[in-house]
Amino acid sequence: MKIFYKFYKILLNLGLTDLIKGLMLTGKHLFSRKITVQYPEEKTPVSPRFRGLHALRRYKNSKERCIACKLCEAICPALAISIDSSISDDNSRIASKFEIDLFKCVYCGLCEEACPVDAIVQTSITDYHFENRGEQILTKEKLLAIGDNYESQITVNKENDAIFR
Amino acid sequence: MLNMIVIKIFIMLALLMLTIMFYTLWERRFIGFVQDRLGPNRVGFCGLLQPIADAIKLLVKSMVIPNKANKFLFILGPIIAVITALSAWAVIPVNQTLVLANINVGVLYILAITSLSVYGIVIAGWASNSKYALFGAMRAATQLISYSIPMSFAIVGVLMKANSMNLTAIVNAQQGGITNWFFIPLLPLLVIYWICAMAETNRLPFDIAEGESELVAGFHVEYSAMGFALFFLAEYSNMILTSVLTIIMFFGGWLAPSTKYLLWVPSYAWLLIKVFMFMTLFLWIRATFPRYRIDQIMRIGWKVFIPIALFWLVIEAIWLDFTVGNIL
Repeated sequence: MKIFYKFYKILLNLGLTDLIKGLMLTGKHLFSRKITVQYPEEKTPVSPRFRGLHALRRYKNSKERCIACKLCEAICPALAISIDSSISDDNSRIASKFEIDLFKCVYCGLCEEACPVDAIVQTSITDYHFENRGEQILTKEKLLAIGDNYESQITVNKENDAIFR
Repeated sequence: MLNMIVIKIFIMLALLMLTIMFYTLWERRFIGFVQDRLGPNRVGFCGLLQPIADAIKLLVKSMVIPNKANKFLFILGPIIAVITALSAWAVIPVNQTLVLANINVGVLYILAITSLSVYGIVIAGWASNSKYALFGAMRAATQLISYSIPMSFAIVGVLMKANSMNLTAIVNAQQGGITNWFFIPLLPLLVIYWICAMAETNRLPFDIAEGESELVAGFHVEYSAMGFALFFLAEYSNMILTSVLTIIMFFGGWLAPSTKYLLWVPSYAWLLIKVFMFMTLFLWIRATFPRYRIDQIMRIGWKVFIPIALFWLVIEAIWLDFTVGNIL
């Protein structure tokens, strides 16, 4: 019996059965659905808690939320945030300088946690680039502009994330 | 007359280059499909301009010649590789009448010329003065030389059946529909020929000569830009050449599979369809199988393919002696 089995094995080998099985498997995958996500047109879903590019928010009456309490500056582990405070025209305390160095930032999200007025947030923007030196420093104007552009998205993300907090 | 030949050669080479360009794209897309990806589809419609972008990149980059390399041999290596790969096309018939050189020893010529390609590889590996390149060249040389033998035996079977060494005559010996093609009586030889052809062209699963995991890129590790491109050109030209040879010797070349139906399809279309199928089979096998070890490759070549080929040659000789008579 053993000899017959060996003979059978040799026949299988000569018939290239293993190779044909493998070719059939790859042939099946040739026509299967492709899982590629074609990036600029299609994107993978992003969590509402995603920590991307920073933004400064405003109240509905377009007054800045930031009160220059410097809690974010204090908690920032990478020392990426620097803030100067001043008194505005309507006698409220605002930040005269609010800068985030994106080269230092580690995107930990602690500034967002620390903020008592929900002024600094991290949006779900993942793709951005710099073309000149110094552009990596997000000034207050840039941060506010990002906040203005993406306010609707930020509110939706906050609402979606609120039930987990 | 001379001008006509030159023009013919030019057209043939231009078509060959175009085929090679789009063959690289088809390879990348096909392997992408097998791996559930899409492959390069950004440059132009469906990525059709991708090979042109690659070619421009390779042409524009500067070629680095290592300091301790032998400059003359370093440049000579890829030139030999590409010359041998392209000159084998001289005897390939595209049609009943259309062939550059209709010589009577076409098969012998192809065997001789393709065997020379090992010089290009060995010279390139030696001249690079790098241990990886030398290892790759040695492996390629052993592999090419050992696999030439079973491949030649497989071809001998075809020659016995066709009674001629002229490639046009070999195709004409298969006239009369798919049942008269040589792949039915010579199936073991076809399998041996195809596997040996894959080893001869240094393709996966026999690409230990350029095994990425241990030799970086094998014999062409020191080549950049145009030198690298020439090696690639030679490799892909050889792949297409072996596909064409397979269909000429085993699948009736440009002949239609039936003598009654589909007569309106021109002969070159049959040639193109068959060649495309075998070129795709190259990629399919590449996408499926992992690489063999060098000792496994040698064992298969010497201990399996040569005995089987010899055995089948004997059977074929006896059979032909009974049916045709007086062949020995």
